[in-house]
Amino acid sequence: MTTDAQVLDISRVFREESGRAIATLVRSFGDIDVAEEAVQEAFEVAIEKWPSSGMPPNPGAWITTTARNRAIDRLRRESKRHDRHTQAAALDPDDEPGQDVGRVTDERLRLIFTCCHPALAPAAQVALTLRLLGGLQTAEIAKAFLVPEPTMAQRLVRAKAKIKANNIPYRVPGDAELPDRLRPVLAVLYLVFNEGYTASSGDELIRQDLCAEAIRLARVLVELMPDEPEAIGLLALMLLIESRRAARTAADGSLVLLPDQARTLWDRDLITEGHTLVRACLRRNVPGPYQIQAAINAVHSDASTAADTDWRQVVVLYDQLLVVAPSPVVSLNRAVAVAEVDGPAAGLDVVDRLAGELGEFHLFHSTRADLLRRLGRTDDAAAAYHSALRLTANAAEREFLERRRAATLSRR
Amino acid sequence: MTQYLLSVYVSDEAMANVAEADMQAAFAAVDTFNAELRDAGAWVFGGGLHPANTATVVTPKDRDTVVTDGPFAETKEYLGGFWIVEAPDLDAALAIAKRASVACGGPVEVRPFQDEPAE
Repeated sequence: MTTDAQVLDISRVFREESGRAIATLVRSFGDIDVAEEAVQEAFEVAIEKWPSSGMPPNPGAWITTTARNRAIDRLRRESKRHDRHTQAAALDPDDEPGQDVGRVTDERLRLIFTCCHPALAPAAQVALTLRLLGGLQTAEIAKAFLVPEPTMAQRLVRAKAKIKANNIPYRVPGDAELPDRLRPVLAVLYLVFNEGYTASSGDELIRQDLCAEAIRLARVLVELMPDEPEAIGLLALMLLIESRRAARTAADGSLVLLPDQARTLWDRDLITEGHTLVRACLRRNVPGPYQIQAAINAVHSDASTAADTDWRQVVVLYDQLLVVAPSPVVSLNRAVAVAEVDGPAAGLDVVDRLAGELGEFHLFHSTRADLLRRLGRTDDAAAAYHSALRLTANAAEREFLERRRAATLSRR
Repeated sequence: MTQYLLSVYVSDEAMANVAEADMQAAFAAVDTFNAELRDAGAWVFGGGLHPANTATVVTPKDRDTVVTDGPFAETKEYLGGFWIVEAPDLDAALAIAKRASVACGGPVEVRPFQDEPAE
């Protein structure tokens, strides 16, 4: 008799181990579908066997071996045209168990570059990465991104068909291409993380899973490419943001902004790890957008109270960020720091200059509203909160803005 | 090895705005690129097409066919020329397409052929 708890436990192990197994099998059989189905079958065998036999000492190796055997059996049963796959897998000495450990990590790296190939649409890159490397089920990915399951299934099928038809290689790009090719990989991981962190709709557990998944994959990337400072920067950035999870929602579920958060709730272990990584990558002196954003977050984590924040340092870092990755949203964040250093009027000055580019962005209006409120211009502040409300559907953010608007009006 | 179709899309509007000297330079660059493709063994076929208004369409109808003035689809951008190249994988095909795009000065679409040709 298999209990729900046992199934959950096996699912967790599977999620953690299936990426390695799929990557190894894709390499052996040269076919994503074959690899995916075999690993899925191995999962079914595990659900059947593990509750009575106990978990094997090395679940990852067990899954890879079981899945490979299943794949070979299946290919043998099928038509002769698969003979070359079967033979290739059977003959490939690299696939012998025992040699897996050192190489498997490389296989995952190859596969993540395939999943995040620029020939695939960003939405497909994200879905493939979560499915093949994150071990998430199609239904879970669909739920996380709020699309119907058949839509997500279709997206995955199309992406895999494109990889196959185009012969997109399973390969870590050479040094010359690497900077261009690493960028979408990092972008996909950060997108997965943000989806889990910011969107308030959908199942909270799945959302936390997305953050954990993005961090786990970033750890894999850093482990495999220890010389890429931006990969380290991204991991540090995510850890430092994640460290505030417990503090960013109040007991009633409402949003708590950085200055109002109870800093005792911040996760010290994640902060320590994040800070160590930030220092390690900045020492290399090849600053990039993720490293600088991580450094900005590290300044916040360093302050024991909001008032202790070294805002001058934050402004300096935003200036650097604007050099490497100019964007009006970065300018908006910089304006918030400017307001802390030179006062709300100076901050508002900077914000107002962004109206043309950010007029349809709710955070532009909520930032403006906050500065206007601090300047005592309550009517203007209320109007700005109203504009922000008009532009966001996120329930937690709406609730927060409504509360601020009401508070502003009551002080009139 | 996979064969890929590299299509170049042009529009009459864009073509009209190209200076004669630039056009000649593009022809020369494409010639050089073609020679490089042949030397590398990637070349299968390639060529430029007359404008879309020179096209004629044949459509099946009632066990017969009808011939009409073309093109098949009236679009602003149309196929101006193409290459068929052979490459080990998409990354190699994209590397060729990058050079093709620089040589002809237009966007290049890359599409894989369905099957390897029979030996």
